[in-house]
Amino acid sequence: MSEYAKPLPKPTPTSRPFWEAARRHELSIQRCARCQAYIYYPRERCPNCFSNQLNWERVSGRGKVYSYTVVRRAASRSFADQPYVLAIVELDERVRMTTNIVADPKDVKVGMPVAVYFDDVTPEHTLVKFKPLAG
Amino acid sequence: MSLKGAAAIIGIGELKPSKEPPPEATALGMMADAAAEAIADAGLEKNDIDGLLCGMAFADPGMLYPASVAEVMGISPRMLNQVDIGGATPTGMVWRAAASIQAGMCNAVLCVTGDLNKTGDQRPSVISVQREFEAPYGNIGANCGYAMIANRHIYEYGTTPAQMAKVAVDQRRNALKNPLATFNDRPLTIDDVLNSRMIVDPLHLYEIVSPCSGGAAVVVASPDIARRAKHPPVWLLGAGEYSNHATITYAPSLTDSPVRIAAGAAFKMAGVAHKDIDLVCPYDCYTITVIVTLEDAGFCKKGQGGPFVAEHDLSYAGDFPCNTHGGQLSFGQPGLAGGMSHATEAARQLMGRGGERQVSNARLAYVNGNGGIMSEQASLILERRG
Repeated sequence: MSEYAKPLPKPTPTSRPFWEAARRHELSIQRCARCQAYIYYPRERCPNCFSNQLNWERVSGRGKVYSYTVVRRAASRSFADQPYVLAIVELDERVRMTTNIVADPKDVKVGMPVAVYFDDVTPEHTLVKFKPLAG
Repeated sequence: MSLKGAAAIIGIGELKPSKEPPPEATALGMMADAAAEAIADAGLEKNDIDGLLCGMAFADPGMLYPASVAEVMGISPRMLNQVDIGGATPTGMVWRAAASIQAGMCNAVLCVTGDLNKTGDQRPSVISVQREFEAPYGNIGANCGYAMIANRHIYEYGTTPAQMAKVAVDQRRNALKNPLATFNDRPLTIDDVLNSRMIVDPLHLYEIVSPCSGGAAVVVASPDIARRAKHPPVWLLGAGEYSNHATITYAPSLTDSPVRIAAGAAFKMAGVAHKDIDLVCPYDCYTITVIVTLEDAGFCKKGQGGPFVAEHDLSYAGDFPCNTHGGQLSFGQPGLAGGMSHATEAARQLMGRGGERQVSNARLAYVNGNGGIMSEQASLILERRG
């Protein structure tokens, strides 16, 4: 029995809806009611037009790998157990997220299509990761 | 209103970085040693210093930092502040010092950095949003972000691992002539770099800075003081600063960096052309950093940084002298003092004190400081007159 030792997100009043949606295996991100921009990570005000009229919107969870790296020597011991794919995924909604690609590192390429994968790392925490889109 | 000629670097102090610091060394002591050297180099006394800009040492963090540094050194400044723009802190200090002098707040500013390298687990970033949205996925430390920049650069422009490695190879040639450099005992080949251990794809061990202990300082002074200095003054001719993100994921682009605006502003203020620049000291935490910086600073076209470094000799004797001290990649990175090494080397060269690695007739230098993951950029153009 090994405890999950990696850092876990501590939701804030601003971000709680994002993590609660992830627990339900839904990808929900903010959208500005004024300028219509999608927003990630969750904010108090739209970083584009500074409006505070932000709504939550469920999105497809489809996107592409904007860039990635295979971390072979991690800066933190909690990630040192094995190489992992750290990536920036650009969603179809044109926002970028830091995430992991759950795949064999040698199969990951910049530009490849991916779909969201919800990783229930503890009973209380679900991380938003991605997997290569089949086909 | 412009900072052109508002002040000059008149003294430099730099400790030899060490992988293992002496057991009695402290971060504040490193700063004091570098400061003493810089003040003496300027031909001033400690009591002549009336402005203080410092960076915070990771090994000894705290509040009220500038007053604490001043108190340790016995300095009573008329202007004091902590600059906190990561690796861009030292170049950011130089123009802030000049601006304070121009505003009449002070006349001789000590810009000081120093740190002890404490080995151990690197803690996740301290700001809450980074703890929440980066650390859980392992986006911890700087390596990952630069690796993702490199992979995107390779994807967009076809940059090759050998081109990136060339930066480390040429800078090592420079380090061989620098007694202060940490890695100056043997040359490197491109194969050495590419055969070194892969740390974060596509970056190999020899493409990544090595954390050290050390300290560095410069004294920036008013024109009146500069004209009486021991060494030829190194005038600030242009400066520019820009930031458009903290975490690279949320930058507008991974490959088009804030250097473009920072360097553009510096060149505009200086009123000089790229072809007039005799040497460049771009912040080099990784090989890819140099390539992106040279592109965005306008020394080559966007995307052509790889072929540019491959085709030019970046050594002190070459056609494009770059980081003639070895860069941090060979000099070592003593915390924020790593970023000061680019400013001290440019000043040293322009003062004609480059020794065996002196660039002949060096009169104009471009220096860039880079913080975070290409997050904060502070560019300087420095000139030797007369």
